[in-house]
Amino acid sequence: MIEIKALTKTFHTRTGTLTALDNINLSIHDGEIFGIIGLSGAGKSTLVRCINLLERPDAGEVWLDGRDLMKLSNRELLEVRRGIGMIFQSYNLLEQRTVLRNVLFPLEISHTPRDKARERAKELLELVGLADKADAYPSQLSGGQKQRVAIARALATQPRYLLCDEATSALDPNTTASILELLQVINRTMGVTIVVITHEMAVIDKICHRVAVIDKSHIVEMGAVNEVFANPQSDIARELILPHVKTTASVRGGPRVRLVFNGESSYSPVVSNLVLECGVPVNILFADTKDLDGKAFGHILLELPDDPRQSGRVIAWLDRNHPSYSLEVQ
Amino acid sequence: MFSDLLKQLVESGILFRAIWETVYMTLLSTLIAYIIGLPLGVILSVTAPSGVRPIPWLNRLLGVIVNIFRSIPFIVLMVAMLPVAKLVVGTSLGNAAMVVMLVIAAAPYIARMVESSIKEVNAGVIEAAQAMGTSQFRLITRVLLPEARPSLVVGAVISTVTVLGYSAMAATIGGGGLGAIAITWGYQRSKEDITWVCVILIVIVVQVMQEVGMRIARRIDKRARQ
Repeated sequence: MIEIKALTKTFHTRTGTLTALDNINLSIHDGEIFGIIGLSGAGKSTLVRCINLLERPDAGEVWLDGRDLMKLSNRELLEVRRGIGMIFQSYNLLEQRTVLRNVLFPLEISHTPRDKARERAKELLELVGLADKADAYPSQLSGGQKQRVAIARALATQPRYLLCDEATSALDPNTTASILELLQVINRTMGVTIVVITHEMAVIDKICHRVAVIDKSHIVEMGAVNEVFANPQSDIARELILPHVKTTASVRGGPRVRLVFNGESSYSPVVSNLVLECGVPVNILFADTKDLDGKAFGHILLELPDDPRQSGRVIAWLDRNHPSYSLEVQ
Repeated sequence: MFSDLLKQLVESGILFRAIWETVYMTLLSTLIAYIIGLPLGVILSVTAPSGVRPIPWLNRLLGVIVNIFRSIPFIVLMVAMLPVAKLVVGTSLGNAAMVVMLVIAAAPYIARMVESSIKEVNAGVIEAAQAMGTSQFRLITRVLLPEARPSLVVGAVISTVTVLGYSAMAATIGGGGLGAIAITWGYQRSKEDITWVCVILIVIVVQVMQEVGMRIARRIDKRARQ
């Protein structure tokens, strides 16, 4: 378990002091995939570096499995870091080493016997599907392949934690999907707790169990991904989750309602029923729903007719049939 | 068209010995200078404010010392270092003394070359190694130096050619080599053809060193092509 308590980090630059993180509190449970999302500059990369103390917080505590990392000696800290894998947006492979020797690197550092290390490295390359590239150099690989090597390398010392700093931000959508799937497999089969830093809601949506939304050095929202997704509370979460709403043009100027789907059966055709039963046309301005095991999650933004009698009828219908809606203020 | 003196130099083997002396003084001096310059360059880069182990006072101190030696013209440095040569090799004359002078002049130069090569190493790679729990010593030996290797080789080629240039001044303290032939036979006896032959030979030696060095650098660099 990773626990961060009252963590604060400021940077002193020539132009002044910059508060990167301010009073951050969060717990990451064993076995989960925890997402940290925010816009660039929000402080999320600094936050993830505070977990393995690549950045030393100015105040606060970082606890890992019941040990206060801030109180460890340098030697102990090196040992702890070997139990925390990390991957990066720019892969950061050793460019003068082959793929195999990249995966061997952390094993050399931790004094693993040579034969055992080679065996482990080959197993990992098998796991990430790059066994045939063992003798290639990073410059000969694609971005997705490089990230797979980085993942194999990060897992070499059998860490219980894996930190991913924008690990898919430089990859195309297909490659991103395959890397995310690999992370899920690692989480499920090896029980590795994964911390995902990203600015892409889709990444959180796809693999995370819980998410913290970070904005201007603060955590503004935290909870299960479904809940945050279905019902974002903070402006920044809304912006990240519903990036297109702002730009949607008004068509007829009537009241707008947002239908929230939070695990209802995805087999009930709510919008069709509404239109048929009320006899009122509605305009779908925006919809983002998905089906998880027959349950619907997401939301639909409807525009109702200008006529207050017609829109009143819709709202009354919603009160009866689909209480999780909200009237949007314009 | 060639002077008899030139023919004599060739026939007696003096010219060939001079080529050998130039090559050997250059390579030996560069090698010894690296024994001093390489660790110095590593220390300069890791103790820098942006380095992996910033130690400002040490970095500034070494920086000042290196700059002092680098700013003294070689010919002046040679005269000033005569007692040092005497102390180290027992004489302030000849090839042995010259090697001492070349080492003193080249080591600070090499330190700067090494420093800049190491500073080129991708900061992300260093960070990744640190995240894996790499100690500072291993960070230097397993990450910084191997990752900088192609650039270090290029630096070594440039340093060697610079040392070769300095070695041509060996004649001033009674040393040998092509520079000495050019001065004592070509210049002082006004045999222009000897001077030109020496110049051409030096150019050839430089070209060979440059070409061989760069080929090695390209071959060991795994970052592109293949």
